[in-house]
Amino acid sequence: MRNAFIDELVVAAEKNNNIVLVVGDLGYGVVEPFAKRFPKRFFNAGVAEQSMMSLSAGLASEGFHVFVYSIANFPTFRCAEQIRNDVDYHKLPVTIVAVGGGVAYGNLGYSHHAVQDYALIRVMPNMLIAAPGDPMEVRACMRYLTHNPQPSYLRLGKSGERCIHSEVPEVYPGKWLSIREGDQYGDTYLTTGAALEIANQSINDAKLPGWSLNSVPLWSMSTKQAQVSQLERYSSVHTIEDHLMDGGFGSWLLEAAYTRADLLVKIKIKAIDSKVCGLVGKQSTLNVVGGLFDGY
Amino acid sequence: MMLDTKELANRIRKNSLKMVHRAKASHIASALSIADILAVLYGEILHFNPAEPNDLTRDRFILSKGHACVAVYATLAEVGVIPDAQLDTYGDDFSWLMNHISHKVPGVEFSTGSLGHGLPFGVGKALAANVRAQLWQTFVLLSDGEMDEGANWEALMFAAHHKLSNLTAIIDYNKLQSLDSVANTLGLEPLAAKLHAFGCAVHEIDGHDHGQISQSLKRIDSNRPTVIIAHTTKGKGVSFMENRVEWHYKNPNDEQLAVALAELRVSYA
Repeated sequence: MRNAFIDELVVAAEKNNNIVLVVGDLGYGVVEPFAKRFPKRFFNAGVAEQSMMSLSAGLASEGFHVFVYSIANFPTFRCAEQIRNDVDYHKLPVTIVAVGGGVAYGNLGYSHHAVQDYALIRVMPNMLIAAPGDPMEVRACMRYLTHNPQPSYLRLGKSGERCIHSEVPEVYPGKWLSIREGDQYGDTYLTTGAALEIANQSINDAKLPGWSLNSVPLWSMSTKQAQVSQLERYSSVHTIEDHLMDGGFGSWLLEAAYTRADLLVKIKIKAIDSKVCGLVGKQSTLNVVGGLFDGY
Repeated sequence: MMLDTKELANRIRKNSLKMVHRAKASHIASALSIADILAVLYGEILHFNPAEPNDLTRDRFILSKGHACVAVYATLAEVGVIPDAQLDTYGDDFSWLMNHISHKVPGVEFSTGSLGHGLPFGVGKALAANVRAQLWQTFVLLSDGEMDEGANWEALMFAAHHKLSNLTAIIDYNKLQSLDSVANTLGLEPLAAKLHAFGCAVHEIDGHDHGQISQSLKRIDSNRPTVIIAHTTKGKGVSFMENRVEWHYKNPNDEQLAVALAELRVSYA
Protein backbone atom coordinates (compact mmCIF):
# COMPACT_ATOMS: atom_id res chain seq x y z
CA MET A 1 0.00 0.00 0.00
CA ARG A 2 2.83 2.39 0.89
CA ASN A 3 4.44 1.86 -2.48
CA ALA A 4 1.18 2.37 -4.36
CA PHE A 5 0.76 5.60 -2.41
CA ILE A 6 4.16 7.02 -3.26
CA ASP A 7 3.88 5.93 -6.91
CA GLU A 8 0.62 7.80 -7.28
CA LEU A 9 1.93 10.81 -5.42
CA VAL A 10 4.97 11.13 -7.69
CA VAL A 11 2.80 10.78 -10.80
CA ALA A 12 0.40 13.46 -9.55
CA ALA A 13 3.23 15.78 -8.49
CA GLU A 14 4.74 15.60 -11.99
CA LYS A 15 1.57 17.22 -13.30
CA ASN A 16 0.78 19.49 -10.38
CA ASN A 17 3.56 21.56 -8.86
CA ASN A 18 1.33 22.49 -5.93
CA ILE A 19 1.68 19.02 -4.43
CA VAL A 20 3.97 19.02 -1.41
CA LEU A 21 5.04 16.20 0.91
CA VAL A 22 5.72 16.89 4.59
CA VAL A 23 6.91 14.03 6.79
CA GLY A 24 7.28 13.72 10.53
CA ASP A 25 10.77 12.22 10.38
CA LEU A 26 9.32 8.94 9.12
CA GLY A 27 9.02 7.19 5.78
CA TYR A 28 12.41 5.52 5.37
CA GLY A 29 12.31 3.33 2.29
CA VAL A 30 9.01 4.86 1.16
CA VAL A 31 9.23 8.59 0.53
CA GLU A 32 12.62 8.71 -1.22
CA PRO A 33 11.22 8.65 -4.79
CA PHE A 34 9.32 11.86 -4.05
CA ALA A 35 12.11 13.48 -2.04
CA LYS A 36 14.65 12.84 -4.79
CA ARG A 37 12.40 13.89 -7.64
CA PHE A 38 11.02 17.03 -5.93
CA PRO A 39 13.52 18.14 -3.29
CA LYS A 40 12.04 21.64 -3.12
CA ARG A 41 8.60 20.25 -2.36
CA PHE A 42 9.69 17.79 0.31
CA PHE A 43 10.03 18.81 3.95
CA ASN A 44 10.89 16.85 7.04
CA ALA A 45 9.16 18.70 9.87
CA GLY A 46 11.12 16.72 12.42
CA VAL A 47 9.63 14.88 15.38
CA ALA A 48 7.16 17.70 15.96
CA GLU A 49 3.67 16.74 14.86
CA GLN A 50 1.81 19.78 16.18
CA SER A 51 3.97 22.21 14.29
CA MET A 52 4.00 19.82 11.32
CA MET A 53 0.24 19.91 11.05
CA SER A 54 -0.14 23.67 11.53
CA LEU A 55 2.61 24.53 9.07
CA SER A 56 1.04 22.13 6.59
CA ALA A 57 -2.18 24.07 7.00
CA GLY A 58 -0.22 27.28 6.41
CA LEU A 59 1.24 25.86 3.18
CA ALA A 60 -2.21 24.70 2.12
CA SER A 61 -3.66 28.15 2.78
CA GLU A 62 -1.35 29.38 0.02
CA GLY A 63 -2.70 26.91 -2.52
CA PHE A 64 -0.53 23.86 -1.97
CA HIS A 65 -2.04 20.39 -1.63
CA VAL A 66 -0.05 19.10 1.30
CA PHE A 67 0.41 15.39 2.03
CA VAL A 68 1.51 14.89 5.63
CA TYR A 69 3.05 11.49 6.18
CA SER A 70 3.66 9.73 9.46
CA ILE A 71 2.87 6.56 11.40
CA ALA A 72 -0.21 5.40 13.23
CA ASN A 73 -1.38 7.90 15.87
CA PHE A 74 1.36 10.50 15.42
CA PRO A 75 -0.27 12.57 12.64
CA THR A 76 -3.72 12.25 14.22
CA PHE A 77 -4.02 12.05 18.00
CA ARG A 78 -0.75 13.87 18.66
CA CYS A 79 -2.00 16.89 16.72
CA ALA A 80 -5.75 16.44 16.93
CA GLU A 81 -6.51 20.09 17.64
CA GLN A 82 -4.30 21.25 14.79
CA ILE A 83 -6.33 19.02 12.48
CA ARG A 84 -9.60 20.26 13.96
CA ASN A 85 -8.91 23.98 14.03
CA ASP A 86 -6.31 24.60 11.34
CA VAL A 87 -7.11 22.02 8.66
CA ASP A 88 -10.74 21.04 9.04
CA TYR A 89 -12.27 24.34 10.14
CA HIS A 90 -10.41 26.31 7.47
CA LYS A 91 -11.26 23.62 4.87
CA LEU A 92 -7.66 23.43 3.72
CA PRO A 93 -6.32 20.85 1.27
CA VAL A 94 -4.21 18.81 3.65
CA THR A 95 -4.19 15.03 3.25
CA ILE A 96 -2.97 13.31 6.38
CA VAL A 97 -1.37 10.00 5.54
CA ALA A 98 -1.01 7.48 8.35
CA VAL A 99 0.68 4.17 7.75
CA GLY A 100 0.08 1.26 10.07
CA GLY A 101 -3.71 1.43 10.18
CA GLY A 102 -5.32 -1.00 12.59
CA VAL A 103 -2.74 -3.32 14.18
CA ALA A 104 -0.40 -3.42 11.19
CA TYR A 105 2.40 -2.57 13.63
CA GLY A 106 1.11 -5.17 16.06
CA ASN A 107 4.43 -6.01 17.64
CA LEU A 108 5.33 -2.39 18.27
CA GLY A 109 2.80 -2.00 21.03
CA TYR A 110 -0.16 0.17 21.92
CA SER A 111 1.55 3.42 20.93
CA HIS A 112 1.59 2.15 17.34
CA HIS A 113 -1.88 0.59 17.19
CA ALA A 114 -4.24 2.79 15.16
CA VAL A 115 -7.57 1.41 16.30
CA GLN A 116 -9.25 4.70 17.30
CA ASP A 117 -8.32 6.90 14.35
CA TYR A 118 -11.65 6.72 12.52
CA ALA A 119 -13.33 7.85 15.73
CA LEU A 120 -11.16 10.95 15.92
CA ILE A 121 -11.28 11.92 12.27
CA ARG A 122 -14.91 11.25 11.51
CA VAL A 123 -16.23 13.77 14.02
CA MET A 124 -14.63 16.57 12.02
CA PRO A 125 -17.27 17.97 9.68
CA ASN A 126 -15.09 18.56 6.62
CA MET A 127 -12.75 15.60 6.75
CA LEU A 128 -12.95 12.86 4.16
CA ILE A 129 -11.67 9.48 5.30
CA ALA A 130 -9.86 7.44 2.67
CA ALA A 131 -9.34 3.91 3.94
CA PRO A 132 -8.35 1.75 0.99
CA GLY A 133 -8.54 -2.03 1.28
CA ASP A 134 -5.83 -3.01 -1.17
CA PRO A 135 -3.17 -1.37 -3.35
CA MET A 136 -5.71 -0.82 -6.15
CA GLU A 137 -7.97 1.12 -3.80
CA VAL A 138 -4.93 3.11 -2.66
CA ARG A 139 -4.41 4.21 -6.25
CA ALA A 140 -8.10 4.96 -6.67
CA CYS A 141 -8.19 7.04 -3.48
CA MET A 142 -5.04 8.93 -4.44
CA ARG A 143 -6.48 9.76 -7.86
CA TYR A 144 -9.66 11.01 -6.24
CA LEU A 145 -7.81 13.09 -3.63
CA THR A 146 -5.34 14.65 -6.04
CA HIS A 147 -8.22 15.69 -8.28
CA ASN A 148 -10.30 16.86 -5.33
CA PRO A 149 -7.91 18.41 -2.79
CA GLN A 150 -9.66 18.80 0.56
CA PRO A 151 -9.18 18.07 4.27
CA SER A 152 -8.67 14.35 4.22
CA TYR A 153 -7.21 11.37 6.04
CA LEU A 154 -5.61 8.54 4.11
CA ARG A 155 -5.22 5.42 6.23
CA LEU A 156 -2.75 2.92 4.85
CA GLY A 157 -1.63 -0.49 5.99
CA LYS A 158 2.04 -1.23 5.73
CA SER A 159 3.31 -3.14 2.76
CA GLY A 160 2.82 -6.48 1.10
CA GLU A 161 -0.99 -6.31 1.01
CA ARG A 162 -2.56 -8.46 -1.69
CA CYS A 163 -4.56 -6.94 -4.52
CA ILE A 164 -8.22 -7.86 -4.20
CA HIS A 165 -9.39 -5.74 -7.11
CA SER A 166 -8.10 -6.74 -10.52
CA GLU A 167 -7.91 -3.13 -11.66
CA VAL A 168 -8.04 0.35 -10.18
CA PRO A 169 -11.69 0.95 -9.33
CA GLU A 170 -13.52 4.23 -9.68
CA VAL A 171 -14.32 5.72 -6.31
CA TYR A 172 -16.24 8.64 -4.91
CA PRO A 173 -17.22 9.51 -1.34
CA GLY A 174 -19.82 7.25 0.19
CA LYS A 175 -19.90 4.82 -2.73
CA TRP A 176 -19.91 1.07 -2.11
CA LEU A 177 -17.47 -0.72 -4.40
CA SER A 178 -18.62 -4.14 -5.44
CA ILE A 179 -15.88 -6.73 -5.27
CA ARG A 180 -18.17 -9.68 -5.52
CA GLU A 181 -21.88 -9.88 -6.33
CA GLY A 182 -23.75 -12.65 -4.52
CA ASP A 183 -27.46 -13.31 -4.37
CA GLN A 184 -29.88 -10.53 -5.11
CA TYR A 185 -31.16 -9.03 -1.84
CA GLY A 186 -28.79 -11.38 -0.03
CA ASP A 187 -26.11 -10.89 2.59
CA THR A 188 -23.06 -8.74 2.15
CA TYR A 189 -19.85 -7.96 3.88
CA LEU A 190 -19.09 -4.26 3.89
CA THR A 191 -15.57 -3.18 4.77
CA THR A 192 -13.35 -0.18 4.92
CA GLY A 193 -9.59 -0.20 5.08
CA ALA A 194 -7.49 -3.32 5.37
CA ALA A 195 -10.46 -5.35 6.62
CA LEU A 196 -11.28 -5.95 2.97
CA GLU A 197 -8.83 -8.82 2.87
CA ILE A 198 -10.33 -10.33 6.01
CA ALA A 199 -13.83 -10.26 4.57
CA ASN A 200 -12.64 -11.69 1.28
CA GLN A 201 -10.89 -14.51 3.09
CA SER A 202 -13.91 -15.17 5.29
CA ILE A 203 -16.16 -15.60 2.29
CA ASN A 204 -13.72 -17.99 0.66
CA ASP A 205 -12.98 -19.98 3.81
CA ALA A 206 -16.57 -20.30 4.97
CA LYS A 207 -17.74 -21.05 1.45
CA LEU A 208 -20.43 -18.42 1.31
CA PRO A 209 -21.20 -18.40 -2.43
CA GLY A 210 -24.33 -16.34 -2.05
CA TRP A 211 -22.61 -13.53 -0.19
CA SER A 212 -21.65 -10.23 -1.71
CA LEU A 213 -18.57 -8.23 -0.81
CA ASN A 214 -18.48 -4.44 -0.89
CA SER A 215 -15.98 -1.94 0.34
CA VAL A 216 -16.28 1.75 1.16
CA PRO A 217 -12.85 3.34 0.76
CA LEU A 218 -14.10 6.95 0.95
CA TRP A 219 -16.52 8.05 3.67
CA SER A 220 -17.27 11.04 5.85
CA MET A 221 -19.86 12.81 7.95
CA SER A 222 -21.44 14.25 4.83
CA THR A 223 -21.84 10.94 3.02
CA LYS A 224 -24.09 9.26 5.56
CA GLN A 225 -27.26 10.07 3.66
CA ALA A 226 -26.04 8.17 0.63
CA GLN A 227 -25.89 4.96 2.66
CA VAL A 228 -29.62 4.40 2.95
CA SER A 229 -30.29 3.38 -0.64
CA GLN A 230 -27.29 1.07 -0.61
CA LEU A 231 -28.41 -0.60 2.62
CA GLU A 232 -31.81 -1.24 1.04
CA ARG A 233 -30.25 -3.56 -1.55
CA TYR A 234 -29.28 -6.28 0.95
CA SER A 235 -31.05 -8.40 3.53
CA SER A 236 -28.10 -8.13 5.91
CA VAL A 237 -24.96 -6.00 5.96
CA HIS A 238 -21.99 -7.24 7.97
CA THR A 239 -19.38 -4.58 8.52
CA ILE A 240 -15.77 -5.50 9.30
CA GLU A 241 -13.12 -3.02 10.39
CA ASP A 242 -9.74 -3.16 12.09
CA HIS A 243 -10.78 -0.44 14.53
CA LEU A 244 -12.72 -0.43 17.79
CA MET A 245 -16.50 -0.45 17.47
CA ASP A 246 -16.70 2.79 19.43
CA GLY A 247 -16.60 5.62 16.93
CA GLY A 248 -15.80 3.26 14.10
CA PHE A 249 -17.09 2.45 10.63
CA GLY A 250 -19.95 0.17 11.67
CA SER A 251 -21.10 2.78 14.16
CA TRP A 252 -20.98 5.36 11.39
CA LEU A 253 -23.27 3.14 9.31
CA LEU A 254 -25.67 2.77 12.26
CA GLU A 255 -25.79 6.54 12.56
CA ALA A 256 -26.44 6.79 8.83
CA ALA A 257 -29.46 4.51 9.22
CA TYR A 258 -30.69 5.74 12.57
CA THR A 259 -34.08 6.93 11.34
CA ARG A 260 -34.84 3.59 9.69
CA ALA A 261 -35.53 0.76 12.12
CA ASP A 262 -35.90 -1.66 9.19
CA LEU A 263 -32.35 -0.89 8.08
CA LEU A 264 -30.82 -0.81 11.54
CA VAL A 265 -31.68 -4.46 12.17
CA LYS A 266 -29.79 -5.46 9.03
CA ILE A 267 -26.47 -4.10 10.27
CA LYS A 268 -24.12 -6.47 12.10
CA ILE A 269 -20.81 -5.02 13.25
CA LYS A 270 -17.52 -6.85 13.57
CA ALA A 271 -14.83 -4.63 15.04
CA ILE A 272 -11.69 -5.14 17.08
CA ASP A 273 -12.42 -5.92 20.71
CA SER A 274 -10.79 -3.48 23.10
CA LYS A 275 -9.07 -6.39 24.84
CA VAL A 276 -6.46 -6.04 22.07
CA CYS A 277 -5.45 -2.70 23.55
CA GLY A 278 -2.21 -3.34 25.40
CA LEU A 279 -1.41 -6.68 23.73
CA VAL A 280 1.36 -7.16 21.22
CA GLY A 281 1.57 -9.67 18.43
CA LYS A 282 1.52 -10.07 14.69
CA GLN A 283 -1.26 -8.23 12.87
CA SER A 284 -2.89 -11.54 11.99
CA THR A 285 -2.71 -12.71 15.60
CA LEU A 286 -4.19 -9.54 17.02
CA ASN A 287 -6.96 -9.53 14.43
CA VAL A 288 -7.88 -13.05 15.58
CA VAL A 289 -7.67 -12.13 19.27
CA GLY A 290 -9.72 -9.02 18.53
CA GLY A 291 -12.44 -11.19 17.03
CA LEU A 292 -12.21 -10.09 13.41
CA PHE A 293 -11.34 -13.40 11.98
CA ASP A 294 -11.22 -17.05 12.92
CA GLY A 295 -7.62 -17.39 11.81
CA TYR A 296 -5.57 -17.66 8.70
CA MET B 1 -0.52 52.74 3.51
CA MET B 2 0.85 55.53 5.71
CA LEU B 3 -1.38 56.68 8.53
CA ASP B 4 -0.84 58.70 11.68
CA THR B 5 -0.11 55.68 13.83
CA LYS B 6 -0.70 57.54 17.12
CA GLU B 7 -4.18 58.46 16.06
CA LEU B 8 -4.75 54.98 14.69
CA ALA B 9 -3.71 53.39 18.00
CA ASN B 10 -6.00 55.75 19.88
CA ARG B 11 -8.95 54.84 17.70
CA ILE B 12 -8.17 51.11 18.01
CA ARG B 13 -8.28 51.48 21.79
CA LYS B 14 -11.46 53.54 21.74
CA ASN B 15 -13.33 51.15 19.45
CA SER B 16 -12.03 48.08 21.26
CA LEU B 17 -13.43 49.47 24.51
CA LYS B 18 -16.77 50.23 22.90
CA MET B 19 -17.00 46.78 21.37
CA VAL B 20 -16.30 44.83 24.56
CA HIS B 21 -18.60 47.14 26.49
CA ARG B 22 -21.47 46.65 24.09
CA ALA B 23 -20.92 42.88 23.82
CA LYS B 24 -20.11 42.46 27.53
CA ALA B 25 -17.05 40.56 26.36
CA SER B 26 -13.70 39.70 27.93
CA HIS B 27 -10.06 40.34 27.02
CA ILE B 28 -10.07 44.13 26.76
CA ALA B 29 -6.69 44.39 28.49
CA SER B 30 -5.16 41.98 25.97
CA ALA B 31 -6.46 44.16 23.14
CA LEU B 32 -5.19 47.42 24.66
CA SER B 33 -1.80 45.77 25.04
CA ILE B 34 -1.34 45.35 21.26
CA ALA B 35 -2.99 48.53 19.95
CA ASP B 36 0.31 50.27 19.26
CA ILE B 37 1.85 47.26 17.54
CA LEU B 38 -1.21 46.93 15.28
CA ALA B 39 -1.24 50.65 14.53
CA VAL B 40 2.37 50.60 13.33
CA LEU B 41 1.90 47.33 11.42
CA TYR B 42 -1.22 48.45 9.57
CA GLY B 43 -0.37 52.13 9.42
CA GLU B 44 3.17 51.82 8.19
CA ILE B 45 4.59 48.34 7.61
CA LEU B 46 2.16 45.91 6.02
CA HIS B 47 1.72 45.97 2.25
CA PHE B 48 -1.96 45.44 1.57
CA ASN B 49 -4.81 46.83 -0.47
CA PRO B 50 -7.95 47.47 1.61
CA ALA B 51 -10.10 47.03 -1.47
CA GLU B 52 -8.53 43.63 -2.21
CA PRO B 53 -7.69 41.98 1.09
CA ASN B 54 -6.85 38.68 -0.66
CA ASP B 55 -4.39 40.19 -3.12
CA LEU B 56 -1.64 37.59 -3.55
CA THR B 57 1.22 40.04 -3.06
CA ARG B 58 -0.04 41.23 0.35
CA ASP B 59 1.93 40.75 3.51
CA ARG B 60 0.29 38.18 5.77
CA PHE B 61 -0.58 39.08 9.35
CA ILE B 62 -1.72 36.43 11.83
CA LEU B 63 -3.07 37.18 15.26
CA SER B 64 -2.15 34.12 17.26
CA LYS B 65 -3.57 35.55 20.51
CA GLY B 66 -7.04 35.36 19.00
CA HIS B 67 -8.76 36.54 22.18
CA ALA B 68 -7.49 40.07 21.50
CA CYS B 69 -9.47 40.13 18.24
CA VAL B 70 -11.36 43.36 18.92
CA ALA B 71 -8.15 45.29 18.37
CA VAL B 72 -7.72 43.73 14.92
CA TYR B 73 -11.37 44.18 13.97
CA ALA B 74 -11.12 47.84 14.99
CA THR B 75 -7.92 48.16 12.95
CA LEU B 76 -9.49 46.59 9.87
CA ALA B 77 -12.35 49.06 10.11
CA GLU B 78 -9.95 52.00 10.47
CA VAL B 79 -7.93 51.02 7.41
CA GLY B 80 -11.06 50.44 5.33
CA VAL B 81 -11.12 46.66 4.96
CA ILE B 82 -14.43 46.22 6.81
CA PRO B 83 -17.17 48.81 7.32
CA ASP B 84 -17.23 50.68 10.64
CA ALA B 85 -20.85 49.67 11.19
CA GLN B 86 -19.85 46.01 11.28
CA LEU B 87 -18.02 46.60 14.55
CA ASP B 88 -21.40 47.02 16.21
CA THR B 89 -22.23 43.40 15.44
CA TYR B 90 -19.34 42.14 17.57
CA GLY B 91 -20.57 39.43 19.91
CA ASP B 92 -24.05 39.27 18.35
CA ASP B 93 -25.62 35.94 17.51
CA PHE B 94 -24.21 34.67 14.19
CA SER B 95 -21.90 37.66 13.81
CA TRP B 96 -18.83 37.21 11.64
CA LEU B 97 -16.95 39.13 14.28
CA MET B 98 -16.56 36.25 16.66
CA ASN B 99 -15.03 36.73 20.08
CA HIS B 100 -11.90 34.96 18.90
CA ILE B 101 -10.48 36.14 15.63
CA SER B 102 -12.21 34.64 12.61
CA HIS B 103 -11.02 34.05 9.05
CA LYS B 104 -14.56 34.70 7.92
CA VAL B 105 -13.82 38.42 8.37
CA PRO B 106 -12.22 40.01 5.28
CA GLY B 107 -8.57 40.74 5.93
CA VAL B 108 -8.16 38.02 8.55
CA GLU B 109 -5.84 35.22 7.42
CA PHE B 110 -6.49 32.66 10.10
CA SER B 111 -8.84 31.86 12.96
CA THR B 112 -7.21 31.30 16.30
CA GLY B 113 -8.45 31.01 19.85
CA SER B 114 -6.45 28.05 20.96
CA LEU B 115 -2.92 29.24 21.61
CA GLY B 116 0.16 27.94 19.86
CA HIS B 117 -1.39 27.64 16.38
CA GLY B 118 -0.56 30.98 14.77
CA LEU B 119 3.21 30.75 14.65
CA PRO B 120 3.47 27.29 13.09
CA PHE B 121 0.72 28.26 10.63
CA GLY B 122 2.71 31.39 9.78
CA VAL B 123 5.80 29.23 9.31
CA GLY B 124 3.85 27.32 6.65
CA LYS B 125 2.96 30.59 4.93
CA ALA B 126 6.54 31.83 5.02
CA LEU B 127 7.69 28.49 3.65
CA ALA B 128 5.12 28.79 0.84
CA ALA B 129 6.51 32.20 -0.13
CA ASN B 130 10.02 30.73 -0.18
CA VAL B 131 9.04 27.75 -2.34
CA ARG B 132 7.50 30.13 -4.85
CA ALA B 133 10.22 32.78 -4.49
CA GLN B 134 7.62 35.41 -3.60
CA LEU B 135 8.59 38.53 -1.71
CA TRP B 136 5.74 39.09 0.73
CA GLN B 137 6.37 38.85 4.47
CA THR B 138 4.57 36.97 7.22
CA PHE B 139 4.03 38.58 10.63
CA VAL B 140 2.64 36.69 13.62
CA LEU B 141 1.61 38.39 16.85
CA LEU B 142 1.71 36.14 19.91
CA SER B 143 1.03 36.53 23.58
CA ASP B 144 3.67 35.90 26.23
CA GLY B 145 1.70 33.19 28.02
CA GLU B 146 1.36 31.51 24.67
CA MET B 147 5.08 30.81 24.70
CA ASP B 148 4.28 28.03 27.19
CA GLU B 149 3.01 26.06 24.18
CA GLY B 150 5.57 23.61 22.86
CA ALA B 151 4.26 23.99 19.31
CA ASN B 152 5.74 27.50 19.18
CA TRP B 153 9.20 26.20 19.97
CA GLU B 154 8.78 23.41 17.44
CA ALA B 155 7.87 26.05 14.88
CA LEU B 156 10.85 28.24 15.77
CA MET B 157 13.17 25.29 15.27
CA PHE B 158 11.70 24.71 11.83
CA ALA B 159 11.79 28.40 10.89
CA ALA B 160 15.43 28.77 11.93
CA HIS B 161 16.47 25.52 10.26
CA HIS B 162 14.89 26.66 7.00
CA LYS B 163 16.24 30.21 7.38
CA LEU B 164 12.79 31.76 7.05
CA SER B 165 13.95 35.36 7.05
CA ASN B 166 10.54 36.34 5.66
CA LEU B 167 8.93 35.51 9.00
CA THR B 168 8.64 37.93 11.91
CA ALA B 169 7.10 36.94 15.22
CA ILE B 170 6.14 39.62 17.71
CA ILE B 171 5.68 38.56 21.32
CA ASP B 172 3.36 40.83 23.27
CA TYR B 173 5.26 40.56 26.55
CA ASN B 174 2.85 42.24 28.92
CA LYS B 175 3.93 39.95 31.79
CA LEU B 176 0.41 38.90 32.80
CA GLN B 177 -1.30 35.60 32.10
CA SER B 178 -4.76 34.34 32.92
CA LEU B 179 -4.36 33.81 36.64
CA ASP B 180 -1.14 35.47 37.61
CA SER B 181 2.03 37.03 36.26
CA VAL B 182 4.14 35.22 33.68
CA ALA B 183 6.94 35.09 36.24
CA ASN B 184 4.67 33.30 38.72
CA THR B 185 3.20 30.94 36.13
CA LEU B 186 5.98 29.50 33.98
CA GLY B 187 8.74 32.08 33.89
CA LEU B 188 9.95 32.78 30.37
CA GLU B 189 13.26 34.37 31.26
CA PRO B 190 15.82 34.54 29.88
CA LEU B 191 13.48 34.89 26.89
CA ALA B 192 15.79 36.76 24.52
CA ALA B 193 18.62 34.32 25.16
CA LYS B 194 16.30 31.37 24.55
CA LEU B 195 15.06 32.77 21.27
CA HIS B 196 18.58 33.63 20.22
CA ALA B 197 19.72 30.12 21.04
CA PHE B 198 16.90 28.79 18.87
CA GLY B 199 18.45 30.58 15.91
CA CYS B 200 16.34 33.72 15.69
CA ALA B 201 17.32 37.35 15.29
CA VAL B 202 15.93 38.93 18.46
CA HIS B 203 15.03 42.56 19.17
CA GLU B 204 13.72 43.82 22.50
CA ILE B 205 11.65 46.97 22.32
CA ASP B 206 9.15 49.09 24.17
CA GLY B 207 5.97 47.78 22.57
CA HIS B 208 4.22 51.11 22.99
CA ASP B 209 6.95 53.25 21.39
CA HIS B 210 5.94 53.63 17.77
CA GLY B 211 9.45 54.53 16.64
CA GLN B 212 10.91 51.41 18.20
CA ILE B 213 8.11 49.20 16.87
CA SER B 214 8.58 50.57 13.37
CA GLN B 215 12.36 50.24 13.41
CA SER B 216 12.30 46.69 14.70
CA LEU B 217 9.71 45.60 12.13
CA LYS B 218 11.93 46.92 9.35
CA ARG B 219 15.04 45.10 10.58
CA ILE B 220 14.70 41.90 8.58
CA ASP B 221 17.63 39.56 9.01
CA SER B 222 18.91 38.04 5.78
CA ASN B 223 18.98 34.41 6.86
CA ARG B 224 17.10 34.03 10.11
CA PRO B 225 13.54 34.49 11.31
CA THR B 226 13.07 37.57 13.47
CA VAL B 227 11.43 37.64 16.88
CA ILE B 228 10.54 40.97 18.44
CA ILE B 229 10.04 40.90 22.18
CA ALA B 230 7.68 43.81 22.70
CA HIS B 231 7.62 44.84 26.35
CA THR B 232 4.09 46.07 26.91
CA THR B 233 1.60 46.92 29.60
CA LYS B 234 -1.55 44.85 29.73
CA GLY B 235 -4.50 47.25 29.62
CA LYS B 236 -2.28 50.07 28.31
CA GLY B 237 -3.98 53.46 28.08
CA VAL B 238 -6.67 52.96 30.72
CA SER B 239 -5.16 53.46 34.15
CA PHE B 240 -7.53 51.25 36.13
CA MET B 241 -7.08 48.36 33.68
CA GLU B 242 -3.30 48.43 33.53
CA ASN B 243 -1.49 45.45 35.02
CA ARG B 244 -4.65 44.01 36.56
CA VAL B 245 -5.42 40.33 35.97
CA GLU B 246 -9.16 40.88 36.35
CA TRP B 247 -9.31 42.91 33.12
CA HIS B 248 -8.45 39.76 31.23
CA TYR B 249 -12.06 38.88 31.99
CA LYS B 250 -14.15 41.86 33.05
CA ASN B 251 -15.97 44.20 30.74
CA PRO B 252 -16.40 47.87 31.59
CA ASN B 253 -19.79 49.12 32.79
CA ASP B 254 -21.19 52.41 31.42
CA GLU B 255 -19.37 54.52 33.97
CA GLN B 256 -16.06 52.72 33.51
CA LEU B 257 -16.35 53.07 29.74
CA ALA B 258 -16.86 56.82 30.08
CA VAL B 259 -13.83 57.15 32.36
CA ALA B 260 -11.71 55.03 30.01
CA LEU B 261 -12.68 57.03 26.93
CA ALA B 262 -12.00 60.29 28.76
CA GLU B 263 -8.53 59.05 29.72
CA LEU B 264 -7.79 58.20 26.10
CA ARG B 265 -8.91 61.68 25.00
CA VAL B 266 -6.57 63.30 27.50
CA SER B 267 -3.57 61.10 26.71
CA TYR B 268 -4.00 61.50 22.95
CA ALA B 269 -4.43 65.25 23.19
